[in-house]
Amino acid sequence: MSEVKGTARVKRGMAEMLKGGVIMDVVNAEQAKIAEDAGAVAVMALERVPADIRAQGGVSRMSDPDMIEKIKATVSIPVMAKARIGHFTEARVLEYLGVDYIDESEVLTPADYENHIDKWNFTVPFVCGATNLGEALRRINEGAAMIRSKGEAGTGDVSNAVTHMRKIGAEIRRLTSMREDELYVAAKEMQAPFDLVKEVAQAGKLPVVLFTAGGIATPADAAMMMHLGADGVFIGSGIFKSGDPARRAAACVKATTFFDDAKVIADASRGLGDAMVGINVADIPVPHLLATRGW
Amino acid sequence: MRKAIFKVGVLALQGDVREHIAAIEQIEHGGAVAFAVRRPEEILSVDALIIPGGESTTIAHLAHTFEVFDLIKERIKSGMPAYGSCAGMILLADRVLDAAADQTTFGGLDITVRRNAFGRQVDSFEVDIELLGLHESMRAVFIRAPWVEEVGAKVEVLGSVSMTGAGTHAVAVRQGHLLATSFHPELTSDNRIHRYFLDVVCKG
Repeated sequence: MSEVKGTARVKRGMAEMLKGGVIMDVVNAEQAKIAEDAGAVAVMALERVPADIRAQGGVSRMSDPDMIEKIKATVSIPVMAKARIGHFTEARVLEYLGVDYIDESEVLTPADYENHIDKWNFTVPFVCGATNLGEALRRINEGAAMIRSKGEAGTGDVSNAVTHMRKIGAEIRRLTSMREDELYVAAKEMQAPFDLVKEVAQAGKLPVVLFTAGGIATPADAAMMMHLGADGVFIGSGIFKSGDPARRAAACVKATTFFDDAKVIADASRGLGDAMVGINVADIPVPHLLATRGW
Repeated sequence: MRKAIFKVGVLALQGDVREHIAAIEQIEHGGAVAFAVRRPEEILSVDALIIPGGESTTIAHLAHTFEVFDLIKERIKSGMPAYGSCAGMILLADRVLDAAADQTTFGGLDITVRRNAFGRQVDSFEVDIELLGLHESMRAVFIRAPWVEEVGAKVEVLGSVSMTGAGTHAVAVRQGHLLATSFHPELTSDNRIHRYFLDVVCKG
């Protein structure tokens, strides 16, 4: 038998299996276990959640391999990990460690301010952030097998997640209403490859799964993002920076599945304790906005 | 009198639900409709159930949380046709190896599956396989896939995969009204497995 690994179908297919689920940021094996028990579809292993990266400052990098391996040994669900934008060697290390997905993430300090990683060169699949359709298609063109809207990580303020999700959705809807001979200019304007623009115009959706991220802190936040067209949700600081992580994690999972059922969301929202305190995105000085990293 | 439409529910707690619905709907003259089901009354209303790919731990967790676990288990036991791909295969299996602690399944298929048997995502692959009852080979996509390690006397093995160093393992099985595959036919445009489910498995 001649089996082939790392094909686009195998990479994109992995993300299809995560649909309707919640992927949670965890910093150690104990948190990973709590996430798995709460019904997370995957965990994102990282050294500091975005809220702490924001508070503590400094350069933020790939996590310690020991920590990633401990988490891999603890849970049976997929384990993702973050590499810095453009840092192809961190990505090689994560691939060697056998993580199931790499997030080339603006939450870490970029390693290259011009180029992203050439993701076609890897067997492991990548997810990348995007604030608009052009950015999403540029990442897909580089080999990303999954996209997440960026939002503003580590804030607990959902407003940027909403902005980015609505923007991507609106730009897709606009393409579907255009004549084919108008797509050339559309591709030029959004700085995206024409073939991908045409594919989106015909299908009415991205060719890969689209999750949402950045500032989601409550079950209602998660459910609203599903209504706005997300295939699933990343929750970073929102769970383990809250008063009762296990309950909040389970509640966000329920609300993501039953996003169209107000009763389920209401019941899931009861008695969760304190949500993460959060920061208003409008109060963050522009140089500290993570969503502007990546181009 | 008009012939009743055959209703296939795709369990929509988590996973690639949309792809299974599309696979059933693309079958010409299949005589079936497919839609997402998650509430008890929806699960009671269907003639057959597809359990999609996804995370088996998450799907089982949500089935318990929303109190449909016993209902699905009971309906499968009392003869409702069901098909599971990947996570769906795990959920239809009577026994699971390398399961998460306290992981439960609906069961019904007298098989032992090994979870993530082919390895992690970097080991995920696609390959052409021969399946009993299909004339030509099929492109099969395996994603962190389980394999079938043991089968009971009443289980028919429809297809297997041989891996260098890992031996030969069953990846498609049928036992009466139940069908399961380790791979994801819903990720390709080939809907012969779904057709087989409707035409053969559902008709007993």
